[in-house]
Amino acid sequence: MSVDTQSFTAVEAAQHPAGRGPQEKRTASRNRVTYWALLVPGLLGLLVSFVFPLVYMIRMAFNEGEGNGIVRQTFTFSTIAKPLLDPYYWKVTYDTFAMGLTVAVLCVLVSYPIALFLVRTTSKWKGLLLALALAPLLTSAVVRTYGWMVILGYDGLINSTLVDAGLIARPLQLTNNMTGVIIGLVEIFMPYAILAMISGFGRVNSQLEEAASSLGASKARVFTRITLPLSLPGVVTAFLLVFVLSISTFITPRLLGGGVVQVLATEIYDQTTGLLNWPFAAALSVILLLLFGAIIFAYQGVIKKLGVN
Amino acid sequence: MSQPIVFKKRVSFVKPAYGFLVAALYFFLLAPLLIVFVISFSSNQYLSFPPDGFTLKWYQLLPQETTFIDGLQTSLITASISTVIVLFIGVPAALALDRYDFRSKALLSSFFLSPLLVPTIVLALGLVLILGPLGLTNTYVSIILGHIGITIPYVIRTTLMSLNTSDTSCEEAARVLGADGLTVFRRITLPIIAPGVLAGGVIAFIVSFDEAVISLFVAESGRPTLPVQVLRYVENSADGVVAALSVILILFSLVVVVIVERAMGLRKALR
Repeated sequence: MSVDTQSFTAVEAAQHPAGRGPQEKRTASRNRVTYWALLVPGLLGLLVSFVFPLVYMIRMAFNEGEGNGIVRQTFTFSTIAKPLLDPYYWKVTYDTFAMGLTVAVLCVLVSYPIALFLVRTTSKWKGLLLALALAPLLTSAVVRTYGWMVILGYDGLINSTLVDAGLIARPLQLTNNMTGVIIGLVEIFMPYAILAMISGFGRVNSQLEEAASSLGASKARVFTRITLPLSLPGVVTAFLLVFVLSISTFITPRLLGGGVVQVLATEIYDQTTGLLNWPFAAALSVILLLLFGAIIFAYQGVIKKLGVN
Repeated sequence: MSQPIVFKKRVSFVKPAYGFLVAALYFFLLAPLLIVFVISFSSNQYLSFPPDGFTLKWYQLLPQETTFIDGLQTSLITASISTVIVLFIGVPAALALDRYDFRSKALLSSFFLSPLLVPTIVLALGLVLILGPLGLTNTYVSIILGHIGITIPYVIRTTLMSLNTSDTSCEEAARVLGADGLTVFRRITLPIIAPGVLAGGVIAFIVSFDEAVISLFVAESGRPTLPVQVLRYVENSADGVVAALSVILILFSLVVVVIVERAMGLRKALR
């Protein structure tokens, strides 16, 4: 599955901290030993592969690093403070945030018609159309970014078509800049947005729309007064999901940005593997985590306001 | 999605303009995959348009690209092993979360899903920091370990979904008749929840197989996986070989989509 493997489920996890059906559990509370025996391997696996690395990473942000793998074990806030005091990292953080926001807005706009279509259609091709919309999810982000490099490149599909048609004299700069990254990310995150919207469109009801229209409402009015408000929870979920995925994505900014586009994720990579300044990479990661947490927190507030879930 | 019962013929909402918009957006969504398909047959030496002719040479060159073959081997080994491990630790955990009652249950459920709430790149950095001093970077172990954390949630989720909707009366009957816990699981529960387990396993495999960021961080120089090799290749050169490889990977994904769709429905499995 593509896109840094982060899934749609992230939002689901935020929505339902403990999803458990109302089904009665008659076999419940049978045996303490049994359920702990069942749980322990999974807990250990998660502890080793997820909790330890994360905790160790956060601790690392309070050490001092000089690059080249030199780490001074201490407890200081100076490493975390460094990016916060440096205008360059304010710009990187701002660019990351702006990119996430732009991608999320555009992605929601282009995914909405498809999601609405899939929810409403009674076509016998519905299953196929749904699979077609989600299939890109099961292709590596690397492959799809490569596809966009071919489309947007200097000799790519768009430029050669426009030049041949005589519409532009010289090829447009569509890769190795933010424009290319945003176009690529919008497409790459569309399946996630579509999936999130379909799940959130539960209250969209064609009978209500028919009722409004038979009472004389215009098509535009039916949409703004009935369809849009009912589909809002799905839209908000999709927006949040694409936003958090965008600000943490690495592959697409790396490849389509061509080293010119610097966001938090590419900075973390450069600091980790290039400069070997691990405490500083960890400090940037902590900033990314805080950004992530703040957005999810805000989302839960919005969802509560909308009165769903 | 439950369809309301329609007594009269439904008024069609799909106006031509709207249909055209949806078709155009579908085209945008599938554009990179379509273009990769075209370019893989293009006889142009570089990525340029339009193709001067069509050829199969990129597909013929593919077996000679040893970096891709090595990467494929690494990816298959690590994805298979991490899938097996995740199934062995995830399915029992899901079973405990659904069939037993205990106090910290809600907390543990969210704990098992929490890796999805953390950016992969942050986790990747943590793995490098912890595995580096142990001398485990650039090994199969580092990739497998990294992929266990990010795939557990999928297995737990799909298995829980199957468990939630299954009927427990057969299990009780077997127990009343004297079957022990393991027999009940093997003979009754597992066959019932098999679609969820299968879907979880397939998704875990694909996530692991396609994952590039963790693999890049923990094993770039020693054991690059296929996505890492493709990433490197694309950064330096751009010819049709990588397109041919991509087409094969896309077809592979399509086969998987069909399997998951047959097993339990793609949408249910992914959410």
